[in-house]
Amino acid sequence: MRRVVITGMGIWSCLGTTLDEVCRSLYTGKSGIVFSPERKDAGFRSALCAQIAKPDLKPFVSRNLRQFMPEEAQYAYMATRAALEQARLEPDYIEQHEIGIIYGNDSVSEATMTGLDKFREFHDTAACGSGTIFQSMNSTVTMNLACLFKLKGINLTASAACASGSQSVGLAYLLIRNGLQDCIVCGGAQEANMYGVAAFDGIQSFSIREDEPAKASRPFDKNRDGLVPGGGAATLIVESYEHAVKRGAPILAEVVSWGFSGNGAHISTPNVEGPARSLELCLKNGNVSPDEIGYINAHATSTRIGDSREALAIAQVFGELPVPVTSTKSQTGHEMWMAGASELIYSILMMKNDFIAGNINFEHPDEDTARIHVLPETRPIHFDMFLSNSFGFGGTNSTLIVRNEG
Amino acid sequence: MTREEIIEKVNTLLAEEFEVEASTLTPDANVKETLSLDSLSLVDLVALIQQTYQVKIPVSDLRQIQTFTDLYDYIESHLPAA
Repeated sequence: MRRVVITGMGIWSCLGTTLDEVCRSLYTGKSGIVFSPERKDAGFRSALCAQIAKPDLKPFVSRNLRQFMPEEAQYAYMATRAALEQARLEPDYIEQHEIGIIYGNDSVSEATMTGLDKFREFHDTAACGSGTIFQSMNSTVTMNLACLFKLKGINLTASAACASGSQSVGLAYLLIRNGLQDCIVCGGAQEANMYGVAAFDGIQSFSIREDEPAKASRPFDKNRDGLVPGGGAATLIVESYEHAVKRGAPILAEVVSWGFSGNGAHISTPNVEGPARSLELCLKNGNVSPDEIGYINAHATSTRIGDSREALAIAQVFGELPVPVTSTKSQTGHEMWMAGASELIYSILMMKNDFIAGNINFEHPDEDTARIHVLPETRPIHFDMFLSNSFGFGGTNSTLIVRNEG
Repeated sequence: MTREEIIEKVNTLLAEEFEVEASTLTPDANVKETLSLDSLSLVDLVALIQQTYQVKIPVSDLRQIQTFTDLYDYIESHLPAA
């Protein structure tokens, strides 16, 4: 079995659009959450959301090719450009080698709605324009990036709800580890427009702490009242250790293990057993003992039941070990399809810079969240291995363990 | 709507939509070449004219439109009655 390493990272998030900016935001506990008057006027119960910069692709991608790219593919393009650059993957090299892509994405609401609204208005399919068909498929991010960056290896989209980004890295890990691919562009993208989450708001999942946007996302806190939707994109370049060394690529970290499971139960309410099995499988697959884990980046989204169940799953697996736990969603809101990938990047930035970003807004635990060791404030600390959880609707669970390198 | 008004509006819309300099849209210039239209982006031209003027250009007619003058002529002759 081959070792699998991470050689490049790129991100477009509410905490910043460069790794340095995001690292500073993590350290200082910045919140990316704002109140959106536009959403309130449109009829949202909760008008809280993450504020994400709009990328300008004009200098890089022609008009005809941009027509195929919805918002999330544009975020992903910017993140991927940066990740490829850090990994020193030049266009000539990519052209001559089989580089794959597995990217997480699970909705294209605005693009689909906009195109089909034109069809309904003009009663003519041509009114949709040239881009709608390509923009309105879940695989839009993968198909756009594969064509723009000339990727000739595996070309696959991971649609696994809020575990999509994590599953993309897990799948890439498996293919590379088994020698089926040498290098894969992984990540997750999340549309940040209001249409992508209108129905989510409709089932009353979002925090209504509208008078205090920066305090609304409060995973594990006793007074949490729901999640805050976020978005953007995060890309990781994952490759075999041998491939990275041969290319002279910078090795940032190693993917040690992947665990996964399904709850086989309720569509939106998680349980303890499913996530616990994902954690246990990840530790077992990587032959990692719980006391080797220096930090847990939790999935916790700031919902009452979700955070409680995850806390119980962590407590079940880690017992009395005082492993620090935080949810970076306290700063970013829930980046959903992107979260599994972005949270790996957040955690790697912390690991490389010797700190753990505090779980902002964690003031008081409840009975369940008191059973784990949530850090409320940023702490300078050295750790060499972390575990990252991602769970999604339908009971899809994914856990990754990553070790420091370089 | 006068022909001059059609020309001015069409050129403005096309320059913006297809990101070309308005000065390149001369009467005898080739539409597909000037706007860098391929088989897919040609649909965007059809959609733009339809949404602006309620004039639908069928594929069979599209082949006859070579220059910008052809395009202005087509729109002018197919405008719905006011």
